[in-house]
Amino acid sequence: MSSSQNILVKLNEAGFSLNNKWLVKGVSLQVEKGKIVTLIGPNGSGKSTTAKIALGIYKKIDGEVEKYTNKVGYVPQKISIDWTLPLRVNDFMVLTENLNKETIDEALSLTGVIHLKDKNLGDLSGGEFQRVLLARAISKKPELLVLDEPVQGVDFTGEIALYELIKKISDELNCGILLISHDLHTVMSATDHVVCLNGHVCCSGSPMDVAKNNEYKALFGEQASQILSRYEHRHDHVHTSEGEIKKN
Amino acid sequence: MLDDFFIRALIAGIGVAIVTGPLGCFVVWRRLSYFGDTLAHSALLGVTLAYSMEFNIAFSVFIISSLIALTLIQLQKRTNLPGDALLGLLAHSSLAVGLVVIGFLSFIRFDIMGLLFGDILAVTVDDLLIIWIGGALILLVLKLIWKPLFASTVNYELAEAEGLNPDRAKAIFTILMAAIIAISIKMVGLLLITGMLIIPAAMARNISSSPQKMVIYSIIGGLLSVILGLFSSLEFNTASGPSIIAASLFLFILSLLNIKQSIKLKN
Repeated sequence: MSSSQNILVKLNEAGFSLNNKWLVKGVSLQVEKGKIVTLIGPNGSGKSTTAKIALGIYKKIDGEVEKYTNKVGYVPQKISIDWTLPLRVNDFMVLTENLNKETIDEALSLTGVIHLKDKNLGDLSGGEFQRVLLARAISKKPELLVLDEPVQGVDFTGEIALYELIKKISDELNCGILLISHDLHTVMSATDHVVCLNGHVCCSGSPMDVAKNNEYKALFGEQASQILSRYEHRHDHVHTSEGEIKKN
Repeated sequence: MLDDFFIRALIAGIGVAIVTGPLGCFVVWRRLSYFGDTLAHSALLGVTLAYSMEFNIAFSVFIISSLIALTLIQLQKRTNLPGDALLGLLAHSSLAVGLVVIGFLSFIRFDIMGLLFGDILAVTVDDLLIIWIGGALILLVLKLIWKPLFASTVNYELAEAEGLNPDRAKAIFTILMAAIIAISIKMVGLLLITGMLIIPAAMARNISSSPQKMVIYSIIGGLLSVILGLFSSLEFNTASGPSIIAASLFLFILSLLNIKQSIKLKN
């Protein structure tokens, strides 16, 4: 399965330190076409840092990072936009790449915010803005999608729909996804590979393998472990529901 | 009625306004007004060097301002001083050194007022060529780096992550700032150049809903300021720079009325 041609980004013992303190150290992982790799771990465990290393935002890193694509879509965890700029959703969509109207409309419709197209970015609610961020990232049909808590602040039904959308995009565009999430329930069913971080890689593998891992249990508790295995068990069900969306 | 020198000043001013419009928007968006001031102050040193070595003023100012900008970037990397302190350090020390050098150049007749506040009488045909050719080059380069520069102005990490190389765009923009100051110094004077960059852009911000509109309104505001300012400068025999800036302030106040109206409409 994992031929080297399919690799989009590869971290080899990568680490990053700031003010003589390691934010994350010794991370090895790779994202391949059509695969979803999920980073989990407690607050401050280096998930976002790992994503930024993979994206090349941090340059003075330890270890190696090899990036094989320049078609990247990124949804950052925190984004501060300066409101000295008059910026509408439509302007934001073409921020890093020129797209035609159909492509913009399609992406905004997929995340359910097409009606906000001409609104000022500063007037959106947190959840609406999150949907716009996701629409922008997927609209350029990237080969690598890095999603750092992409559904934070989104309402409950929206959250499920957006995760299904992410899974669908990964299949349709055959793009690789590096996903960061706290939500073990919703994510694990669609994840191919889980990397559990705690300043370093504490364990990694399929969701099932990770759930069985003792370090993971120690970090997240017995209950979280049951969530993972339970969802692994219900894998079929998610595929059916995903098929239903395709019919729409 | 309209003398040759006035026509020349008008053509020069129009050329300057077309370039300061879009650059000024970035100065406002990226909060670079003190950076612009620093480069403008250092321009005095460039002017004095041009006089003492019988060199072209615009070219000399461009070189000195670029050097000051590069020095600033190095100082930011190597010291722990805050940005505004470094800007003040460079602005006032280069201004002081420039004034000291002027003291040594007592053999040259110096129109220091014209230097500080602009002098329409001083605009020559050569200056027009420098303004229009230099201005066209600045706009061309700005168009080329627009995407990465604008994207990183909105969010640096997004631009970097999606492969736009924002650091390079920022460095090129710094050079463009030095260039606009170099070509507009005769028109507006070194104390007021930043005003020419900021005030029309600030006026445009009050009345625009998208970045493109803001750039266009900023250019229009700059053009109106130049035309209004130069005519009143001729009428009242005032220095060209302050007259242009005062005209742009007038337009800015008008744009505030627009804001009040739109707030009333919302209620």
